[in-house]
Amino acid sequence: MANRCAVIGVGQTRYTTKRRDVSIAGLVREAAIRALDDAGLTFADIDAVVVGKAPDLFEGIMMPEVYLADALGAAGKPLTRVHTAGSVGGSTALVGASLIQGGVHDRVLVVAFEKQSESNATWALSTHLPFGASLVVGAGGYFAPHIREYMRRSGAPDHVGALVAVKDRRNALKNPYAHLKIPGIDRAMVESTPMLWEPIRYLETCPSSDGACAMVLSSEKAVTGTPAWIHGTAMRSEPLMRAGRDTVSPQAGKDCAADVYRQAGISDPRRDIDVAEVYVPFSWYEPMWLENLGFAPENEGWKLTEAGCTALDGDIPWNASGGVLSSNPIGASGLIRFAEAALQVRGMAGEHQVEGAVTALGHAYGGGAQFFAMWIVGSRKP
Amino acid sequence: MREVAIVAFAQTVHTGHDTGLTEAEMLHPVIDEVQRATGLTRFGFTCSGSCDYLAGAPFSFVSALDALGAWPPISESHVEMDAAFALYEAWVRLQHGDIDSALVYGFGKSSMSDLREIMTLQLDPYYLAPLGLDQVSYAALQAAALGGDRADHRGALDEIVRRSRADGRANPHALDLPDPSGTDDEVAPLRPYDIAPITDGAAAVVLAAGDLARELAATPAYIRGIAHRIEPHYLGMRDLARSPSAADAARAAGVGKGPVDVAELHVQFSHEELILREALELPEDTVINPSGGPLAANPVMATGLIRIGEAARRILDGGARRAVAHASSGPCLQHNLVTVLESALESVPESAPETQEGADRG
Repeated sequence: MANRCAVIGVGQTRYTTKRRDVSIAGLVREAAIRALDDAGLTFADIDAVVVGKAPDLFEGIMMPEVYLADALGAAGKPLTRVHTAGSVGGSTALVGASLIQGGVHDRVLVVAFEKQSESNATWALSTHLPFGASLVVGAGGYFAPHIREYMRRSGAPDHVGALVAVKDRRNALKNPYAHLKIPGIDRAMVESTPMLWEPIRYLETCPSSDGACAMVLSSEKAVTGTPAWIHGTAMRSEPLMRAGRDTVSPQAGKDCAADVYRQAGISDPRRDIDVAEVYVPFSWYEPMWLENLGFAPENEGWKLTEAGCTALDGDIPWNASGGVLSSNPIGASGLIRFAEAALQVRGMAGEHQVEGAVTALGHAYGGGAQFFAMWIVGSRKP
Repeated sequence: MREVAIVAFAQTVHTGHDTGLTEAEMLHPVIDEVQRATGLTRFGFTCSGSCDYLAGAPFSFVSALDALGAWPPISESHVEMDAAFALYEAWVRLQHGDIDSALVYGFGKSSMSDLREIMTLQLDPYYLAPLGLDQVSYAALQAAALGGDRADHRGALDEIVRRSRADGRANPHALDLPDPSGTDDEVAPLRPYDIAPITDGAAAVVLAAGDLARELAATPAYIRGIAHRIEPHYLGMRDLARSPSAADAARAAGVGKGPVDVAELHVQFSHEELILREALELPEDTVINPSGGPLAANPVMATGLIRIGEAARRILDGGARRAVAHASSGPCLQHNLVTVLESALESVPESAPETQEGADRG
């Protein structure tokens, strides 16, 4: 079976609306060097580099990885560019881990980024003729009907979304890298903000961020420092246009979770996982993914949110870092989830550390809720 | 490393113009063909390569997934690179040992846009792209660096194009292009016929490991070595007349460890064949690009995968025992992937596979 693999270094930039002080190369290099520093290594110790980002139209550079090879110390090495829509950050970690699990390399640098200030992501995501008339504007316009359907099915009260928005932003106050810092945020403040895409209000949506995240992954024999061991990895994809596909709780998400839980020996995720970093770009996706990932029975995810179970002091904290709702450099957002999961089980999450976290889930999704990437990391060697 | 082989390959009849098919419509028949050839409808892993900039819209690979019938959901990933690099990712995934098959595909419609200008957007956005150097111009810089004042340079390039186009005319999947003629430069020293044609097309490959490979093909094309390397992006930092990254990849893949019957090279400009031939240290008697190569059909993002598929096909049909395939990415051969394929006849003992990524470094 696959070789053991561990996260031995994590590096993040601070996330913000516009990083005017660095180029794209400077941005990714900042994250990469922080990850190398964390691992006590340099670029010379790296065998291969994997770069992930969301659509190239976001920055207006076609296949930017060839330009970034120099800044990431990749010259003379293999470099891979991953793109799997919004899940790409997660997929980037998995492609990097695969190189070690497959016995090809001992140390791999994975980096994901977005510099959203270079263009307008909402319009880059709105396709046009001849590819199909776009009925929506941006990702929020696409996902709002799915959220309304979730509310209809589950009978969830209208305020649950606002609770997630408040909880994640309060967590963000404890994360030095988080983009949105809104002291004093409460439900009334969220509910007073404009409705963007019914039922998603302004403060229930993710920001547009510049930022990069990097990790150093290692084989067992090359581990330095404090490892977060990978206990399971999985990707699943399903077609966008399949009739009868459940866009509220996609089968690909369920299958991906089942696969990664099986590898990690998890039978009851709410009990067996200590902290989860889950891709929640719009508030309502917390209750929706609580069900899709098996933390709650169908139509009851919102009850966990409402009862405070997913808060930092709840029994299963979700997005202790503040999540995508607080920082969203799109291509990196999935990798940040995977990296924050690793930081938690390494005991290195700082103020938003979940005490005694041993097992953590990293999750990302993308496309029309059709691409999923997940991993389980733990402080104990598998 | 685990024995992994190419057991099926399919490609479209490539066209030099837009036939009105969407990317998913173009892709579906080749997926169907490799599924029928192998009898497999589900694969342990699926990986593809494509580029949004060819279509000018985000997520071209998302609609391509609709061509697969990916239901129940599949384990799948995508590289924004030539699909040859997707094949590499699938080969790595097969090394884990828990799955035995993988589907790899790539597609591109370069007829939809101005490829020369799009490729400019691949350059460093701060220092290089603003110069407006297009793809043919930077290729011409490389051709000049290689040829310089060599008197035989033009003759060598003409012969490469003449041979490639003749082979392409004999290949039902490639374009039907005439022998090179004319003396006008496109961008000196390159002439219009030195440039790979605008092409729409798609290709798919099935990889299988262990017993499954032997079940699915009489003579599987075993991947004996596969490796890739990138070099610095800035053209001024590189000796454009040489390709050290292709040479490194070739050494890591073990090209020189045996004879090479056939080599399929990702030659998008005629002079690149000269550079690659030297970098890969190909023997004199190696047949280069018998398919016609990219100079006869260049469906961008599938072209590199087609090189691997064409090389594998020579082994699958018994015409070659050892073949080399090359794929490239980035300006002026910045990034190169080399694959060594062998029939079982050349097999080294399974317990001691000959080559692997990183093997030389212990």
